Amino acid sequence: MMLEVQGLTVQFPTRRGTLTAVDSINFSIAPGEVLGVVGESGAGKSITGMAVIGLLEPPGRIAAGEVRLEGSRIDNLPHEALRKIRGRKIGVIFQDPLTSLNPLYTIGQQLEETILTHLPLDKTQARERALSLLREVGIPAPEARYGAYPHHFSGGMRQRVVIALALAAEPRLLIADEPTTALDVSIQAQIIALLKRLAGERGAAVMLITHDMGVIAETAQRVAVMYAGRIVEIGPVRDVIHSPRHPYTVGLMGSIPKVGTREKRLLQIDGAMPRLNAIPAGCAFNPRCPRRFARCLVERPDLLSAGASRAACWLHASS
Amino acid sequence: MHLLKLDSVSRDFDVSRPWLNRVLEGEPQRILRAVDHVSFEVSKGETLALVGESGCGKSTVARLIAGLYTPSEGRIEFRGRRLQMIFQDPYASLNPRWRVSKIIAEPMMFLERGKPVGELLTQVGLSPDDAQRYPHEFSGGQRQRISIARALAGEPELLICDEPTSALDVSVQAQILNLMAELQERLGLTYLFISHNLAVVSLIADRVGVMYFGRIVELASTSDLFARPRHPYTRMLLDAVPDLEMSGKPRTPVAGEVPNPLAPPSGCSFHPRCPHANPRCQVEVPRFSDGVACHAVEEGRL
Repeated sequence: MMLEVQGLTVQFPTRRGTLTAVDSINFSIAPGEVLGVVGESGAGKSITGMAVIGLLEPPGRIAAGEVRLEGSRIDNLPHEALRKIRGRKIGVIFQDPLTSLNPLYTIGQQLEETILTHLPLDKTQARERALSLLREVGIPAPEARYGAYPHHFSGGMRQRVVIALALAAEPRLLIADEPTTALDVSIQAQIIALLKRLAGERGAAVMLITHDMGVIAETAQRVAVMYAGRIVEIGPVRDVIHSPRHPYTVGLMGSIPKVGTREKRLLQIDGAMPRLNAIPAGCAFNPRCPRRFARCLVERPDLLSAGASRAACWLHASS
Repeated sequence: MHLLKLDSVSRDFDVSRPWLNRVLEGEPQRILRAVDHVSFEVSKGETLALVGESGCGKSTVARLIAGLYTPSEGRIEFRGRRLQMIFQDPYASLNPRWRVSKIIAEPMMFLERGKPVGELLTQVGLSPDDAQRYPHEFSGGQRQRISIARALAGEPELLICDEPTSALDVSVQAQILNLMAELQERLGLTYLFISHNLAVVSLIADRVGVMYFGRIVELASTSDLFARPRHPYTRMLLDAVPDLEMSGKPRTPVAGEVPNPLAPPSGCSFHPRCPHANPRCQVEVPRFSDGVACHAVEEGRL
């Protein structure tokens, strides 16, 4: 396994008590695999990503659990050691390509700096590598664009530059947090195709965080569905989409409008995800769940095997 | 009988640099045409959706109809008495210092006798007690319900909805879309629905207009448009929708991006990205006839 996360718990101490944003979650990603992490805002998916790469904003902290990259723990490393690994072995792509680039440096300078920091190359080699990266992510005429500033580029082109930056040091793990959300559909399709190709060719593990199930269906092999800080279902993409096992996933899939269906009403889950300071006892989904029974109100389910997937739901308890 | 009619409406924006710079540096005036000869009609009780990517002019059309901009050319005819707008961002469109009761009662200033606020709140699935609370006490979906209640308070015939669910999570989006469909049925509302999301549009609209670069390139009934898209741009948009069924159908991602509006391409504005473009497309702007504006369709090449 390239990335292994075990019992990861993230807490935010506040004046009114400690909030648990991510509650003992487990997952792993193999080399060349794309794991989709899906959930609604506040489900904890971005915080999980940030915790894995050690970029949690204080006062947020990892309260328990382990993060292993290529078998060795990275969650307990000192700041400086982790920073080196982050550039060298982990690449990150954020949602907004404009804020991930420095507006005062040309894209060539930014790429060169990243390459020189992490790879043992001289300036000419770094430039060569930067140009080939730009070519690889589909920037036309990279020599001519090398001296351009981020504001000269459109949104889609900027996101390509960000991807080139993330790949600069041949990372083993790529964390992409809503990489296509700020882009138009036609550009989104191009970026998805690019991410997929790069993961396949380079054998990197990709954690793709998004709220868009369509993007996951196109890109990922496995998907983890998050709700109120926990993984409620995890399994092969095809199984989770076509035969969801957790009532929340069923509702989530039903509430996605699809092109070309005849129905005029969407399946809807009433209510909203609970706030972190008011997570109900038992299963966190129970107040909204159409299939809840007595056990759901008192006991919190762990991930139980359900078909090809695993779901945190008492409906799948074998007894 | 149409409720709303746009007749060849255009809107220009002056994006020139300041006068002194222009004079000193000898720069010409720069005009950006955001909406270019757009014509359509909306009948009472129907939902017309305008779709397109960012910068295609769909929101400008909404603002022209709402009277927030005046048209540079053309005529807008509204045969109703009142229209209301629902905006994309429910965090920016409600006054944070006003209680919900005041927010919702505001459009009623222009009515002789309005509905009680409590009744309006019940209609959108909130509780009458919510009237005493402030916007920050509500989630995004609940705020959008407040926006809808506010719009309904003015008893409009036409509701202009500018990306009303784009800022919401899918499960909340489903709640709002279901609510909008239900209200339309019950109150006989007419919607002009602006969105970039084709799946949402296929669900809620009766007819769809596809906009590209300030023009309507295709206008058809929802079932026709999704079953038999005609304009190459519409085909590209439909192709780009992520495939949830995972049928493994090959996608043909179209290269290129929307061109710079300050330097519009000659002829058909889609020709630099169009796989069916020929020399005629590079020089001649296609006329909108029979629901589509495309030389290839007109010549029977497509």
